[in-house]
Amino acid sequence: MNKIFALAGVVIKELYRRKDFYVLFVLTALLTLGAGTANFFHDDKIIRYVKDICLLLIWVSSIVIAIVTTARQIPAEREARTIFPLLAKPVSRGQVIAGKFLGCWLASGIALVVFYFFFAILNGTREHSWPVGIYLQALWMQWFLLAIVTAMVLLGSIYFAAPSSTNTICFIVVIGLLGLGGHLGKIALQQAPPVQNILMVLYFFIPHLEWYDLRDFVVYDQPMIAWPAIALATLYAAVWTAILLFLAWLGFRRKGLNT
Amino acid sequence: MKISPLITVFGLVSLAFTLATGLAPHAEHWSQHAKSDNLLGMMFGDARKLFANQFFTMADVYFHSGYYPSVFDQNARQEKEIISASRGQKETEVDEKKEDFFGKPKDWIDSFGRHFKITQHTHLENHNEREILPWLRLAADLDPQKIETYTVGAFFLREHLARTNEAEAFLREGLRNNPGNPDLLFELGRIYEATLPEPERARNVWELGVRKVLELNPKTDEEKQDQKQTFDKLVVHLAHLEEGAGRFAESIAWLKAAQKVSPVPEELQKQIDALEKKVSAPQK
Repeated sequence: MNKIFALAGVVIKELYRRKDFYVLFVLTALLTLGAGTANFFHDDKIIRYVKDICLLLIWVSSIVIAIVTTARQIPAEREARTIFPLLAKPVSRGQVIAGKFLGCWLASGIALVVFYFFFAILNGTREHSWPVGIYLQALWMQWFLLAIVTAMVLLGSIYFAAPSSTNTICFIVVIGLLGLGGHLGKIALQQAPPVQNILMVLYFFIPHLEWYDLRDFVVYDQPMIAWPAIALATLYAAVWTAILLFLAWLGFRRKGLNT
Repeated sequence: MKISPLITVFGLVSLAFTLATGLAPHAEHWSQHAKSDNLLGMMFGDARKLFANQFFTMADVYFHSGYYPSVFDQNARQEKEIISASRGQKETEVDEKKEDFFGKPKDWIDSFGRHFKITQHTHLENHNEREILPWLRLAADLDPQKIETYTVGAFFLREHLARTNEAEAFLREGLRNNPGNPDLLFELGRIYEATLPEPERARNVWELGVRKVLELNPKTDEEKQDQKQTFDKLVVHLAHLEEGAGRFAESIAWLKAAQKVSPVPEELQKQIDALEKKVSAPQK
């Protein structure tokens, strides 16, 4: 377990050494503050559009950080040939996968905490309310969505040729799952067989990332979600993450490491 | 061959000067264009109307606090509720049922997923209606010819937020972009009649509205129906205004005009009868 944490620690250090996070954070802050200074009908109590824009930017930034950070992990180790001394420690291939995943996931989590802290401060100063409970639920759910995304990207980085192709394909898949995943069932019902059957199978066998998007609850000041539902969604994310990591390990176990 | 930096600078300055003289007349044209059609319109071209519609829809989404059908839902709204609310229509229980676009859960994914969706139909209230205003402002900037943006915005500013000055300014902006539009004139008259109140100005504005609506030349059935509705609400409001001012003869004349287009002429006839009784009653 120590080896996994050591590997994860390296990935986390990489997050704060690289500029990606800082650029995205500054961009999010600037765009949000810029939107917040807009004047609509001389009413300074209008706030929801600022929350909406800020949360959208947080979502985009966190997904970019998770995908870009994860996609380069194993290819970079192979390219720099540091994978050989790493495996000679000895660290098993499974531990490499687990360590890389944990590092990327924790790094995304740290970034998320910073983003949400900024969001809470901004909202608190404008709206004078601190709905910490729903913020925590939104952050928790988003972090578990990033667990699935990170595992998916790690799997992709083993099978796809280069980090750029992994990035592109994973972005498309994540956006597709978020945008269409919940509606596939409805779309399927409007189609004729066999398209209907194919879409139905897809609907039941894809990870439903849309559950983890609680932005509307935060933006529209909705009450908190029941904790048992959050716990079940967490379990669902954990199962999907485990499946994807297992597939990644299966691929990595047989993979030649020479570039 | 080496080119001196001075020559390069001179060349670039000359190029900049030539370009500036060449582009100056076009820039003047752009600025004139921008005056009537704003900068966003110039940037986006006709696509701005699509964005404007999207922002107008966002205002409706905010009005429902996120409870809104997606494009994949079969019960997608016919008319946006911010429009019907601005026309004074109240929602009935039947309407609410119609708008339960979720229906029964179709499977366990749908059922469980509803924990993470807003499933209650609510409308903004207690001055929170202000939250729809940024989207209406953006919609108006992108499509200054979309009349509903101004009428809905002015309605919520006037009726729910008590910001009469802003409502009037927004409608006047709409009238600058759509001179003589009867719907905008009607809304403006409502501000003068009910909120300020300045019945003389309301009368002038509504009478202008009636003249403008009669000048319209509708081609499609939908346009003809819109013309009738606008004429109806203008003359009915004028009739009530005149009745309030004690000018019963004028009020009767407006009601008779309204009867020609109203879907409930018998109701108007009752009002005419009541007014005629008042006219014929001996003055005390």
